[in-house]
Amino acid sequence: MRFIFKTDYAQDIRLAKHGGHTFWYGLLLLCLVAAPWAIDEYWLAQLTFILIYAVAGLGLMLLAGFTGLFSIGHAAFLGVGAYTQGVFTSMGLPFPIALALAASMSAAVGVVVGLPALRLKGIYLGIATIAFGFIVEEVFARWDTVTGGNKGMHIKSPDLFGWKLESAGEFYLLCLVITVAATLGILNLLRSSTGRAFVAIRDSEISAQSMGINLAQYKTLSFAISAALAGIAGALYAHKLRFISPDQFGILHSIDLLLMVVIGGLGSVHGAFLGAVFLISAPQIIGLTKGYLPNFIGQAPGLQGLVYGLVLIAFVLFEPMGMYGRWLKVRTYLQIFPFYRKGMFKRQKSFQKSDRLR
Amino acid sequence: MLLLQLVISGIAQGCIYGLIALGFVLIYKGTETVSFAQGDLMMLGAFGGLVCMTLLDFPFWLSVLCAIGGMGLFGFLVERIVIRPILGQPAFSIVMLTIGIGYVARGLITMIPVIGTETHTLPVPYKDQIWKLGGLVLNVEQMVVIAVTAVLCAALYALFKYSKIGIAMQASSQNQLAAYYMGIPVKRINGLVWGLAAAVAAIAGLLLAPITFVHANMGFIGLKAFPAAVVGGFGSLPGAIVGGLVIGIVESLAGFYAPEGVKDVAAYVVVLIMLMVKPNGLFGERLRKKV
Repeated sequence: MRFIFKTDYAQDIRLAKHGGHTFWYGLLLLCLVAAPWAIDEYWLAQLTFILIYAVAGLGLMLLAGFTGLFSIGHAAFLGVGAYTQGVFTSMGLPFPIALALAASMSAAVGVVVGLPALRLKGIYLGIATIAFGFIVEEVFARWDTVTGGNKGMHIKSPDLFGWKLESAGEFYLLCLVITVAATLGILNLLRSSTGRAFVAIRDSEISAQSMGINLAQYKTLSFAISAALAGIAGALYAHKLRFISPDQFGILHSIDLLLMVVIGGLGSVHGAFLGAVFLISAPQIIGLTKGYLPNFIGQAPGLQGLVYGLVLIAFVLFEPMGMYGRWLKVRTYLQIFPFYRKGMFKRQKSFQKSDRLR
Repeated sequence: MLLLQLVISGIAQGCIYGLIALGFVLIYKGTETVSFAQGDLMMLGAFGGLVCMTLLDFPFWLSVLCAIGGMGLFGFLVERIVIRPILGQPAFSIVMLTIGIGYVARGLITMIPVIGTETHTLPVPYKDQIWKLGGLVLNVEQMVVIAVTAVLCAALYALFKYSKIGIAMQASSQNQLAAYYMGIPVKRINGLVWGLAAAVAAIAGLLLAPITFVHANMGFIGLKAFPAAVVGGFGSLPGAIVGGLVIGIVESLAGFYAPEGVKDVAAYVVVLIMLMVKPNGLFGERLRKKV
């Protein structure tokens, strides 16, 4: 058991709380950096996808997990980023500039979507984002002079001012650098006053407002940052796949992203990563076990959906804090070994009240 | 004449959206949660009807009753098994749960050995008949949709307006705690609401099946019913039907007059405009908290 004796505020907001954090996260980073030399190309590609989805998940986590605004059209931001990146890199702009443009384009679109969010609550916002997602997907399909329409669009490999990243390992390291930067950025944001304001809005809009938080400004900001991260992830996704088409950014992808943050654990940065690991590894595991199942189950096209659905239901019913919540429980159990009580993580139940009255 | 024809086919399509939207509104009105599984319940209802008609060789009316009753029971069980344990959790948990239910329903259907992955037509007695009325060509399938929708809407409206149980449903949605205090069995009411919503979804599925086809992904039409529910006002039963009609007619007209591609997004453009201009919808009640 470890007691941290805090003596000043700087220590309280430090990112690495104690030596254990520094050691384990350092070790994780070391393993990730060494990965291109240690594992083969296929698994490296899966790892790259995990990093890319983690960046998108961080964005959605900020919006859904920390600001309490649920977007069911987040794949559209991914798409805006991917297409912006595609258009600008084919015009010959180097990767970092195109990436910055993709992020800012996504953020701009995010602000536009965020504006109705100021008036809408709960499910209405969800429906507005679904509607927006469908419209964006249709725009990608119809604006074929720029996006190539339903035929899709080919993306060149990233070009860092003349240094072409052709191999999978180099691209993986690029993704790793961007992911680490995004994670540190989000962690830093969350301990700043802006991040605290987001959390306050999530917990109670009325009390946030009465503490002097400008709801309009912070909600729009949250949408913009979230969309920018999704845009960056989209740009990386485009480079990784080398080919994008409108149907990759539809409602199903949006729901996958949402599923990812809910399963990972809403309201925790770890959750974005754990969710990404789940989203990428689940199809692999299903693929491996398919052969052992009876034929009518193993060959059914809906098998993956069924598994996702069951996992989602199980998490909502039994572990609403997601995979990270489960880990917290296990860790607490081990830390205070003989003293763990059953009710330590009891959920607060409340009677539901209408949002129609306000 | 062409315009009228387009409007009529838009109305028929709109009635389907309206019927699915009725399910959303029922659940929203009764339990203040939003079900994303409504489209998939509709798909299950259509498959239920199909199994009764083709595999079991029931007569038409019996299969319809079986499908509707079976789905009602199914909805009740779903509420009992998965929704009730998380009663009192944030509304978003329930939204995610219904998304999960939708996934499971779609996955399970594709696992039924023979019929799951195929596309079927539902053999209804009024298939492919048309009425000629002046210069108009009326499709009987579409007329049946319109008639059933009107009857169902009136019945549900009466239920919520005049029956004790309907008023209890409204009370429990507005404030669960106060409803408990008044002696309303909130949990049982929630179960009934889900059963009713699933039965309505089954009706929608049976009506839609002759017009399109029965297949595992037919539930995605439910995503177009959200705009219908919002345009009408999420808590209003007649609003759901009117919203559905608005969406259906706009789509039908956009498909003919507007450039290609506009039809697919017309519903969403309408809903975005509606949310900006009048977030409570056409018939949405504007309730204020009394001090």
